[in-house]
Amino acid sequence: MIKKRAIVINSKDNVATALDDLKAGQVIQEEVDSLKKNIKLNQDIPFGHKFSLKEIPSASPVIKYGEVIGTASELIKVGDYVHVHNLKSNRGRGDIK
Amino acid sequence: MSFLGFPRPDGQVGIRNHIAIISTVICANDVTLKIAQQVEGAVAFLHDQGCCQTPIDLNQVTKTLVNLGKNPNLAGVLLVSLGCESVLVEEIRERIAASGKPVKTLSIQQIGGMLPAVAEGSRITQEMVIKASTIRRETFDDSHLIIGVKCGASDTTSGLISNPAAGAAFDLLYDHGGTCVFGETTEFLGAEHILMRRAATPQVKKKIGEIVTRMEQRAKMMGVDMRGGQPTTGNIKGGLTTIEEKSLGAIVKGGTKSIQGVYEYGDKVTKKGLYIVDSPGREPEFLTGIAAAGVQIIIFSTGIGAPQGFPFVPVLKITGNPKTEKYLPDHIDKFIKLPEEGENTIAQAGEEIYQEIKAIASGKKTKAEVLGYGQFSNIFTVGPVI
Repeated sequence: MIKKRAIVINSKDNVATALDDLKAGQVIQEEVDSLKKNIKLNQDIPFGHKFSLKEIPSASPVIKYGEVIGTASELIKVGDYVHVHNLKSNRGRGDIK
Repeated sequence: MSFLGFPRPDGQVGIRNHIAIISTVICANDVTLKIAQQVEGAVAFLHDQGCCQTPIDLNQVTKTLVNLGKNPNLAGVLLVSLGCESVLVEEIRERIAASGKPVKTLSIQQIGGMLPAVAEGSRITQEMVIKASTIRRETFDDSHLIIGVKCGASDTTSGLISNPAAGAAFDLLYDHGGTCVFGETTEFLGAEHILMRRAATPQVKKKIGEIVTRMEQRAKMMGVDMRGGQPTTGNIKGGLTTIEEKSLGAIVKGGTKSIQGVYEYGDKVTKKGLYIVDSPGREPEFLTGIAAAGVQIIIFSTGIGAPQGFPFVPVLKITGNPKTEKYLPDHIDKFIKLPEEGENTIAQAGEEIYQEIKAIASGKKTKAEVLGYGQFSNIFTVGPVI
């Protein structure tokens, strides 16, 4: 059996989770909108961290588990590392009036 | 389906037979700890509360101490008091004693200081331990199990594997007529709509919404983005970016069954089924709250590796992170492998966790229990120290 290198939890998701320490330039095959797509990683993705399956415009929702996990704070391209630098929480934001 | 437990006078079933030395106020912690260290079979419950707080918190501390004392894993209780604290020690004693178990009190100021308090407390506890040692385990069916769940030092594997596996074990216990308790309200933020859909009644649905709003308001009152506090720095290191993401992975540890009710922190859960206890995510306060709810065992799902246990409630530590399993073998009781394509390891892991719970209930010890990791507990309060 081939070890899975990433997991997409729900078909609505626009991010995948790395199941290994993945390197920039590596190509990961995932099903996106019912089509097998090759996604070339733009940065290193550590085990358990996320990368984008689709282009996500700034201020658009990031989806994992088929649910909104926050909002993109800048344009996220296919294969980009998605974490605190480009994904903001919508909840517990005492800094936003 | 049955396990071997200790019968209690009020009909509850313990899975351990400890005598607890419970400090009623932070100032009594030192004496409490010394007595527990002196007497084999005794465990200490220490905390930072009990005085110089608003009445709301004093009531919460009182209620929590009462319900900790009533936990079925305790055969008897010694309350160690300084003597001038705000919580009412005699009231706590009376309310625990209503369960039929022996409860004694000791005041450091009244008895003449630390040395006589440690001596007298040790004598009282020695007697209690000897009496408790004559209680024999009996067979009880699984509906007498009351189990809690917690996730701590979570990473991405928590939401992918160890939390769903814990949830699968909860579903099995629910089907066997037992009681399942979860909480960590902060980690409902962004996932509360899923829990609300599972509420047994409109009242329960409304209450879930209310406790989430209340917890979020407390965080927002500080005027900052709570990220870094929740999700924690460790969560972020583990790949969790936002509280919503953490919550969506966290709530699955409560299984998939209908939620029958919501209890306040420090309340005792008295009915069968699946319940929420309103509580924060941090270990010392959460584990205390769920022990007060009356759970006998806590399933503790971890990603990066949280070592904590609790003085008188065994913690079954599980992880889905292969690195944590490798580097923290002294703390992990059970490793759950990430499923390969087409495998259903979650259902299988749920069954294995359920069997492990029953083994622990009948006397098998867990790693945190053997190491005594879990001396530093606390009680959740909402107001200032004044």
